[in-house]
Parts: sequence; structure tokens; C-alpha cells
Amino acid sequence: MTRKQRRAAFIVLGLAILGIAVALVLNAMRDSIVFFYSPSDIAEKAIGPGERLRLGGLVQPGSVVKDGSTDVIFTITDFGDSIRVHYSGILPDLFREGQGVVAEGELRPDGSFRADSVLAKHDENYMPPEVAEALKKRGDWQGEEGSGRPHAEKYGEGAYP
Amino acid sequence: MIAETGHFALVLALAVALVQMILPAYGAWKGDHAMMRVGTPAALAQLALVAIAFLALTLAFVVSDFSVALVANNSAVDKPLIFKISGVWGNHEGSMVLWVLILALYGALVALFGRNLPDRLKANVLAVQGSVGVAFLLFILATSDPFLRLDPAPFEGAGLNPILQDRALAFHPPWLYAGYVGFSMTFSFAIAALMEGRVDAAWARWVRPWALAAWLALTIGIAMGSWWAYYTLGWGGFWFWDPVENASLMPWLAGTALLHSAIVAEKRGALKSWTILLAILAFSLSLVGTFLVRSGVLTSVHAFAVSPARGVFVLAILGVFVGGSLTLYAWRAPMLKTGGLFAPISREGALLFNNLLLTASAAAVFIGTLYPLLLDAVGGPKITVGPPFFNTTFVPLWAPLLVMVPFGPMMSWKRGDIVAAGQRLIFAAGAAFVVCLVLYGVVSDGPWLAPIGMGVAVWLVIGALSEIAWRVKLFTAPAGESWRRARGLPRAAWGTMLAHGGLGIAVAGIVGVTAWKSERIVALPEGGTTSISGYELTLEKVGTRGGPNYDATTGVVRVERGGEFVTFLLPERRRYPTERQEKTEPAIYTTGFSDLYVVLGEGNRAGEWALRAYVNPLAPFIWLGGMVMALGGLVSLTDRRLRVGAPQRARTKGRSAAAPAE
Repeated sequence: MTRKQRRAAFIVLGLAILGIAVALVLNAMRDSIVFFYSPSDIAEKAIGPGERLRLGGLVQPGSVVKDGSTDVIFTITDFGDSIRVHYSGILPDLFREGQGVVAEGELRPDGSFRADSVLAKHDENYMPPEVAEALKKRGDWQGEEGSGRPHAEKYGEGAYP
Repeated sequence: MIAETGHFALVLALAVALVQMILPAYGAWKGDHAMMRVGTPAALAQLALVAIAFLALTLAFVVSDFSVALVANNSAVDKPLIFKISGVWGNHEGSMVLWVLILALYGALVALFGRNLPDRLKANVLAVQGSVGVAFLLFILATSDPFLRLDPAPFEGAGLNPILQDRALAFHPPWLYAGYVGFSMTFSFAIAALMEGRVDAAWARWVRPWALAAWLALTIGIAMGSWWAYYTLGWGGFWFWDPVENASLMPWLAGTALLHSAIVAEKRGALKSWTILLAILAFSLSLVGTFLVRSGVLTSVHAFAVSPARGVFVLAILGVFVGGSLTLYAWRAPMLKTGGLFAPISREGALLFNNLLLTASAAAVFIGTLYPLLLDAVGGPKITVGPPFFNTTFVPLWAPLLVMVPFGPMMSWKRGDIVAAGQRLIFAAGAAFVVCLVLYGVVSDGPWLAPIGMGVAVWLVIGALSEIAWRVKLFTAPAGESWRRARGLPRAAWGTMLAHGGLGIAVAGIVGVTAWKSERIVALPEGGTTSISGYELTLEKVGTRGGPNYDATTGVVRVERGGEFVTFLLPERRRYPTERQEKTEPAIYTTGFSDLYVVLGEGNRAGEWALRAYVNPLAPFIWLGGMVMALGGLVSLTDRRLRVGAPQRARTKGRSAAAPAE
């Protein structure tokens, strides 16, 4: 092999790997991105059942129903609209009524939400940033900027280590 | 007084770092040896001053001096001593002081052990190292003063986040930082080489131990972090593709590539400017990691505080160092002479292939981590890029990489013979094939790719052993001959074997947990029984107990297998009154080959307790593999070629004399 051929071989190899990487990233971008919505967004944008999404808001006080097993039903609200959420499993440690929560899953045809994971925050002062923003957009934000202790934060299930 | 001493020491350290940045570089430029020599005492003084500041802060935590705001916000009197100490870096300000301490430590090590470095190179390296110190000391003093006083001082502090009160986690940040900051060393060498416009084999030889040291610390740091996440977060996962984890994975990938390309630069004089670029990238990604974690753009346990000033400051540091170094690279790299030729099928070719795949996978992680942030910054929709994205990009890029790993060391330099390499690996291939087939026959559940994954793991481990066996002519030469050869093998060869074998062990663990994990969630009354993967679990009772700084609801779970008693597991839910937080504490029973993992949930009105159980096959292998990899790095580091001592000095002297000075 001449010097030129060798160089060409390496360039082809490099471009091939780059091409494969780009194709993989684009493909994954199309299939595996999850959007975040508040209950009002879902009502406005008429999002259909079956699409995977994250739903965020506050757990409506008095809405949590636990039947005998590990099934839980609760309502996520942003004070504009609210959505019933069905979840089966152990709730995160700091799942509380009136607190911010993010559920991941999909809408069901009857308009309720089937969550397969629920993230809640480990600090009573905390609200997930997406939730805070969604509430701010609706003008229902009561907290002040940067309120609460400058403390480490943690999601429960699906925690961010 | 303590706090003021610490603060004063930090200010002095900044002054010394400025001297260390300017004088040696100016001296190197002008050829003034007296000025160049300032670098060494400056680096040592910087270490001493930062160490004083760090000790002062530690002392404030140990004696619970709540007049220091940081201590009041992050510590409490009743906290066990070890967590008072780890609390020093369990917060933003303190962790930055640790960052700078490790940075100064690396600088001082070069100053002390770099006696055999050419004066100009050493002066430039220390100057670049000093500039990084200046940036981060300024950052601390301007935006994150750890010694701020609080008046009046509270009687009790706010405590440390309970999930950070953990023994393994106490030492995760120091290791991780030793890795991150370690790449500042290779970065300094790369910039110094660009400033001089010269890269030779001796340069690559000096860079390699630093790359190895940083890589090995980062490997340990990542493995510890993942282990911690596994046993504290209570849902049995070991890696979540969380942006903060990705922040540590990216420099690891670039550092792994650097480690391999530095071998080519050292042995063959090829890929020099690529090696320089990787050194710049590895440190840039460390800085990106610091930015992601410290700026508050991410919500996670690592984002200690959300302060826009800090984010902007770290972004500015990032811009100056990454932008500056890449500009310097674009300007100076074309001046570097290209090195030896090699065929595509050769050791160099294999290492290049490794580099391409590693950097491509680092790029994929980079895009997945930063794209949502960018989209958000420009006002786009809020999106989450979760595990599916990374699984579909990372795994296909790593699969060919893993298959190629055993071939690399079997190939000869310059022109390799892939058929001969394959023949030497025939046993490894056979073993992998057999394992694969047996698993298809025996295991009916799990994804169809899983047995292939296990085959790859076996291929890696046996492949790594095969290389040593081939080198010492095991079974083809008399035993005495093999023994003699084994003793003569360089430590680096053993290091390679351990690192590649450890990778295989980790792959086995990852495949095992991912493919064959079983999970069971039930609500049990006291005395209730459930079963999972052959284990019978009985929730005998649920009681309360008091810990040093928490109260716990503890479940007593009796574990049996086939009617035989195995063990009692005590999963807990802890309440920390000082911190006003709760924490789940899983209980794990391990056989070494699989883990039984039990989490206690909440009770319901019917008097039942939610109980979640996992069986994670091969889970311990993940961290065992990581530790074996790190051990490989350590063994390589003790190779006599890299040892900073007398034998090397004679050799490098000869080399630098042979190389032209300019």
C-alpha cells in the first residue's frame, strides 16, 4: 500500500465511524426523546394517547388514593387543568400531597395518565424546575427565586445520583 | 480565627498562582533560566497554601463552628465524625476547595518529580498549571467563598443531605476530582508542547503516567459513584445515564482514548497531534463536567446551589481554556512533524480504531447530555434524553470496540497479521462461542442479545489472558521457560491484561443485571410471604430503631431458599430530624454472583407494607471489573519505563540530548 492509499483507508474508516455515529444519534433523537408537559399543555395541545411523555405539576391535596396493594391513584394539577395519574409501585420517599412531582408514562384513551415512574423531590422547599416554570407561565408561582436552603436536591425513584 | 486564616491562605495562593503562571512562561519565552526556575517553589508554595485553607475548613467542620456559614448550612453536631469530614466536600464551596487542592497537588508533584524534564518544558507545564489554578482560585474567592461568617451563629447546623451521609460516597468525590483534575496535567503538557512546537517520544513518555494516574482515579471514582447509586437509591440500577454521570463518563472516554494514543506517540512517533488534541479534549470535557455539575443548570444531588454568577463564571473559564487551547492547537499543530507510517492492519491501526470509536461514543454522550440544555437555553421545548437514547447510540458504537480489544495487543507494530492474531485468540473465541451457545440452551428469558453479550465478556477476559499466555509461550515452551518469560514481561503488559480483563468482567456484570434482573413489588402484612427467583421472603415484623442522627422504620425480612434459612435482611426507611428528610436504605444479600436486593416501602391503611425485591444476577461483577481495571492502571503505572527514578533519568537524558533543542 502506498502512503496515499493508507491515508485514504484511514480517512474512509474515520468517516465511516463518524457517519455511523451521526446516523445512530439522529435515529435515537427521533425515537427516544421524551417531552415535558404540564396538564394545561396537554389540554391545549391535544396530545393523543400512546405518546411517551413527562407530566409535571403538584400533587393535588386530598387526591391520593391507595388501595390495598401497591397501586396508587393521584391527581397532578397546575391549578389550570389536572390529570388523574395511575401508578403501580413504591412512591419516592418525599412524595407528598401539595408537592411538586414529575410522572413519566403515557396518556390513556380515557384522558387519564399511566405512569411507569414517578419522580419527587427530597426537600420540602423544592419543586422540579420544569414544574416551577410551568406554574410561573400560568402565573401561579408563589415562591421566590432561589428560595429555600441552598441544599442538595434529590429525586426519589429514578433518582439523579 | 481559623476561617480567616483559611481565607487569607486562599488569597495568598491566588497571588502565588499568578506568579506561577507568568514568570516561568515569560522565562521560557525569553530563555531566562532564573525565571523558569521560579515555577518549582511557586508550585510547592501553592500546594502549602491551599492545603492550609483546606485544613482550616476541615477543622471548622470537625469542631462544628457554626459561625462559618458553610458549616452551618451543611453540618450538624450530632453527625458522625466521618460525615463531618466528608461534609467538607459535600457542598459547592468546599468541593471547589478540594478541586483546587488536588490541582495544586498535581502541580507540586511535577515540580518535585519532574527534575529530569527539560527546563523549558517544565516551566511551561507549571505555568499552564498555574493558570488553571488562577482561574479556579478566582472563581472560589469571587463567587464561592467557603469562609463566609454568619452572625449570629446558630446553635445547630442544617445538616448534610442524608443520601450523602454514606461511607462509600465520602470518598467518591476525592477520587473523581483526582481524575478530573489529573487531566489538567496532560492538558498542561499538551499546551506546553504546542508552545514549544515540538513533540517527541520523550514527551509522550512523560505524559503517559499522568494520563494513567488520572484515568485510574477517574475509573475508581466512577465505579464508586455507580456502586453508591446502586445501594442507596433503592431501585437496583447502577447507571442512569443521568447528565451528572455523563459528565464523568465523557472525560473517561476521552482519557481512555488518550491513554491508548499516547502509546502510539511514544512507541512509534505517530498520532502526535491527535494525542495533543485528545489531551486538550479530556481536560475540556472535565471542565464541561465541572460546569454541568457546578453551574446549577442540572437538577441533581450534585447541583449544590443555583447561582447564575457561578454558572457564568464557570462558563467563562470553560470558554477561555477550551477556546484558547483549541485556537493554539489550530495554529501550532500543523508545525508538528508527522510520524512513522503504518498499515491499517497493525497495532497502530487497532489503537486508532479504538480511538475513533471512543471519541465517537464520547461525542454521542456529549450530544445527548447537552442537547436538552441547549434546546432549553434557546427557548425550545423541554425534553428529556433518557436511557433509550444512550442505549441506542452508545451500545452499537461499543460493540465493535469490545470485539476488537483482544486483537490490539496481539498485533505487531507497523504491519500486523490479523489471521495470525486470530489464531492466537482461537481459544478465547471458542470459549466465547461455547458460553454463548450454552446460555441460549439454558436461559430462556431475557433479550436474545444477552447471551452474545456474555460471549463478548468471556472473549474479553480469555482474550486478555491469551495475550499473556502467548507472550510467555505457555504450554508451547517448558514451564521453566514460561516462568522466566513471565518474570521478564514488562509491568505494562500485566496492566493491559488486567485492564482489558476487568473490562470483560464489568461487561458480564452489566449484561447480567440488564438482561436477567427480576423484580417483585408486593404489599405484605407482618408475617406475609413472597418469593422471587427461588428465594422465599417473609416479612417477619416491622419495628423502629434509633440511629446516631436518625430514626428508622426497619423491616425484618427472613430469607429462605428451598426451605433452608439463608439470612435476615433489614431494609429501612430513615428519618433525619435535623435535615428534615427521609431516606430509604435497601438491604442487600450477595452471593458474589448475584444480589438479592430488598427495599421497604410505605405502610398502607390495611396494615400492609410495600416491599420491593430485586434479584440482580452478576451485579457485583460490575464494580469488581471496575476495580480490576483500575488495578491494571496501577500496575502499568509501576512499569519501570514510567517510573520517575534513576533508571529512567539516564535514558531520558540520552534521548533529550539526541533530540534537537529547538
